[in-house]
Amino acid sequence: MAKRIAIVGIGTTGFRATTPDVSYRELTYEAAMKAYIDAGIEPKDVGSFVSTAEDFFEGYSIADEYSPDQLGAVLKSIYTVPGDFIHSLASAYMMILSGIGPISVVQGLSKASNMLTLSEMLTFAMDPIYNRPLRESPHAVAALEMTRFMHETGTTREQCARVVVKNKKNALNNPYAGHSVLIDIDYVLNSEMVSFPLTQMDISPHSDGAVVVVLAEEETAKALTDKPIWIRGIGWCSDTPGLETRNWGEAIYAQIAAEMAYKMAGIRYPRKEIDFAEVNDEFSYKELQHLEAMRICKKGEAGPLTEMGGTEITGEFPVNPSGGCLGVGNLYELNGGHKVLEVVRQLRGEAGKNQLKNVTTGLAQSWRGIPTTTGTVVILSN
Amino acid sequence: MEITEKMVEKTATKLSAEEIQRGKVLSVKWTPKLRYAWDNGPALGRYLAELKNGKIIAKKCNKCHRILIPPRMFCELCWVPTGEWVYVQDTGIVNTWVISYVDWKASRLDIKGGVRPFTPAVIEIDGATRGMGILHHLNEVDPWKIYRGMKVKAVWKPPEERIGAITDIKYFKPIE
Amino acid sequence: MRRVAIVGAGITKFYRNSMETPKELAYEAAKMALDSCEMKLSDIECVVNGTAPDAFDGVHMKGEYLSDGSGAYRKPYMRHYVGGGTGVLSPIHGWFHVASGMFDTCLVVAEEKMSCAYPHPAGAFLTIFDHTTEQPLYPTLIWIFAIEMNRFMTTWGYKKEDIALVAVKNKKNAIDHPSAQLPGEITVQDVLNSEIMAWPVNRLDISPTSDGAAAIVLAAEHVARRVTEKPIWIDGVGWCLDTAYWCTRDLYYPDYVEVAARMAYKMAGIKEPSKEIHVAEPYDPFTYKELHHIEGLLLAPRGKSVEMLKGGYFNRDGNLPTCPSGGALGVGNPIAATGLMKVIEIFLQLRGEAGKRQVPGKPTCGLAQAWGDLMQVGTVVVMRS
Repeated sequence: MAKRIAIVGIGTTGFRATTPDVSYRELTYEAAMKAYIDAGIEPKDVGSFVSTAEDFFEGYSIADEYSPDQLGAVLKSIYTVPGDFIHSLASAYMMILSGIGPISVVQGLSKASNMLTLSEMLTFAMDPIYNRPLRESPHAVAALEMTRFMHETGTTREQCARVVVKNKKNALNNPYAGHSVLIDIDYVLNSEMVSFPLTQMDISPHSDGAVVVVLAEEETAKALTDKPIWIRGIGWCSDTPGLETRNWGEAIYAQIAAEMAYKMAGIRYPRKEIDFAEVNDEFSYKELQHLEAMRICKKGEAGPLTEMGGTEITGEFPVNPSGGCLGVGNLYELNGGHKVLEVVRQLRGEAGKNQLKNVTTGLAQSWRGIPTTTGTVVILSN
Repeated sequence: MEITEKMVEKTATKLSAEEIQRGKVLSVKWTPKLRYAWDNGPALGRYLAELKNGKIIAKKCNKCHRILIPPRMFCELCWVPTGEWVYVQDTGIVNTWVISYVDWKASRLDIKGGVRPFTPAVIEIDGATRGMGILHHLNEVDPWKIYRGMKVKAVWKPPEERIGAITDIKYFKPIE
Repeated sequence: MRRVAIVGAGITKFYRNSMETPKELAYEAAKMALDSCEMKLSDIECVVNGTAPDAFDGVHMKGEYLSDGSGAYRKPYMRHYVGGGTGVLSPIHGWFHVASGMFDTCLVVAEEKMSCAYPHPAGAFLTIFDHTTEQPLYPTLIWIFAIEMNRFMTTWGYKKEDIALVAVKNKKNAIDHPSAQLPGEITVQDVLNSEIMAWPVNRLDISPTSDGAAAIVLAAEHVARRVTEKPIWIDGVGWCLDTAYWCTRDLYYPDYVEVAARMAYKMAGIKEPSKEIHVAEPYDPFTYKELHHIEGLLLAPRGKSVEMLKGGYFNRDGNLPTCPSGGALGVGNPIAATGLMKVIEIFLQLRGEAGKRQVPGKPTCGLAQAWGDLMQVGTVVVMRS
């Protein structure tokens, strides 16, 4: 009864700190062109399009106005999801299952380098009555959470720093990555303190880029490609937006989203049945918090596992072999798109030097960033 | 299950603008400092650079043969990369227009006091494909005498004041 | 693909300035919708939110801020966005959550609090224009509407005094709507005498800015039949976005509405919309827009809608009542919530529960439509009882 849906095409411009030579139009056009060629389709074959954008990140209102042209979606069914890329992916997935055409296209974009007053923008997302007047920096919110997480799980700053070292090192071999570098734990711990215990190196720098993904239902997918990547499970969840009412130590949104995806995929033991994961590591501790929330590690176990090298590319459960947000760059609403891209590349055997061996199932997880408690999870299989 | 007055009246409380100003309710104000530096890319970038030179440039799609203004790197209808750059004229015809008594903040202009209403228009630029218009202002014309098809020409800022923006053209005015 | 029905609805009062926060408005509408079908939040499996520019309420990532007010605590929650078309995209977005088989129930909430934007909400529309080629000219949305109205009038020879009948009709209809912000009996002369905003648009040609929220509950067939005796089925959905280069389009006809309408009609199996649609709520942010959309929806031949309007065709007791609710002109226009208000109106009309607004003849098929962006988007929903 439920059809299978697969990813049949991916395209990206790569991610780097600035992209002064191109506007958002050309970035999306390039990623879309590559994705359509990869899938072997033309815009006229597409039944629905979904773009991902938030007004105040783009810098103009009603961001969806400027979405159709560069995707070939003029006078077609397209709308925008102000959310994470994986939210858009879920939309496209549900639209195909509802009979809106066998092929759907999902797009995401980051032009973070164009946002000059980023901190103000994130503060603008906070509750105007209860939180904003306190004029707290958004990084302070992350630091509050990190402190509580470390306290509840016994995770140490060194273990968080190990995540930074690992991911930035993984990024060295990723041609798409914008912020790769070889450093050690001391470098992370001794770098400039932003909001204790977060240092400058614990925070992902941002990157620009675009990703376009093409989805198709089973029959069409098999006709278009011999490497369809199946969506086995997908989940998304929003916890409370209020700072005052949230659970600071655990990423409950990731837990609920993951359970939803696991249930759909028929997965009971994620650590065994999934081979690797690309999770949100926008702040170093987030990678560990998300792994625990999704039952890939038990509570308090993610830190030690990382310390022992268990999440390295050569480890028993590779996490962020692409370099994650720390190595590739924070892409805001496009983060989920980058995760999906990397999981698909691994499952297709196209991940180059960072290719993992014998992988059949991967997990992509994303979080919408400060000050939200919204997360998404998708499980893909080849 | 009719939705009744009684059900609805409890859901919201009316305030007048004056009550808010007088401070009848507690309120918070916030003026966000939102600043962006948009990368314009090769197409719009060239458009702006040429405006600084006192010229208007367009780009051709070799599939549908439209001459596109503002120029773009790909044709949105054919979905292929565009071809050569084409200089177009700084004259055109009025496609459609407005006589506006309000500004962008919806504040009324002092029309009775002699302020001229705004007359923005969509102007089809000569040299581009017919139907290709840009938004700009009209001036040096009686607002009530504007008509569809009226021939107009750009009035430029002097070279030293141009910065590479659409406002390097001050407005369009009718050609006799 | 499963059948999906609307089983409950709720709507707040629309005011120019209301005291409630955006969250509270969303809550009031969502609560009323749940109460109307005696469902609890725990029965709701996912939540979908529609709200238009963040600039109005003054919160970045407005969807996140509204999530708890919309009932999405620890639930799958997603926001969708097509500017003014959002309100009718809301049921569509919720529809495929349920039609896909992933969820059995969905709560759809649309909210807008435009009064937060100072000095005037209209100013927020400056930022919808292209930041490089248009914003430096300080345009306002009223200009594009006036441009479009001008094209519409000159193409068909329509007169202002005839188009003004839309405002007269809708404001009168709104007298019977409990949420209405600007109901009243006005005359064509009142419209023509009202101050000129941007010729040919006068003040009474425009719907007001508003604060308000609306919500509906969607359910899959097997749940819908348990919950209510009168489920209203979403039989056709369509949506379409045109190019952002609005200066290259001839604005006299909304192609994007026709494409969206055809998509919805095809799905609903409708071959002759002007006969098979019994009641319609086209989006009417400006008087002429209702006619513009009626033509785009293929409910009237191009160039003929004014004649039909003058003949009373679109009145509540006419052949094809349009905006029996009072529309945006009469009830108010809190952008996203307006579209959903129109969907709710059709829902009530098809159930025979529209009170004094009920159109005669026991309608069984109705349509709601919204528009948005730079004269770009059409969203259409066809419903049947």
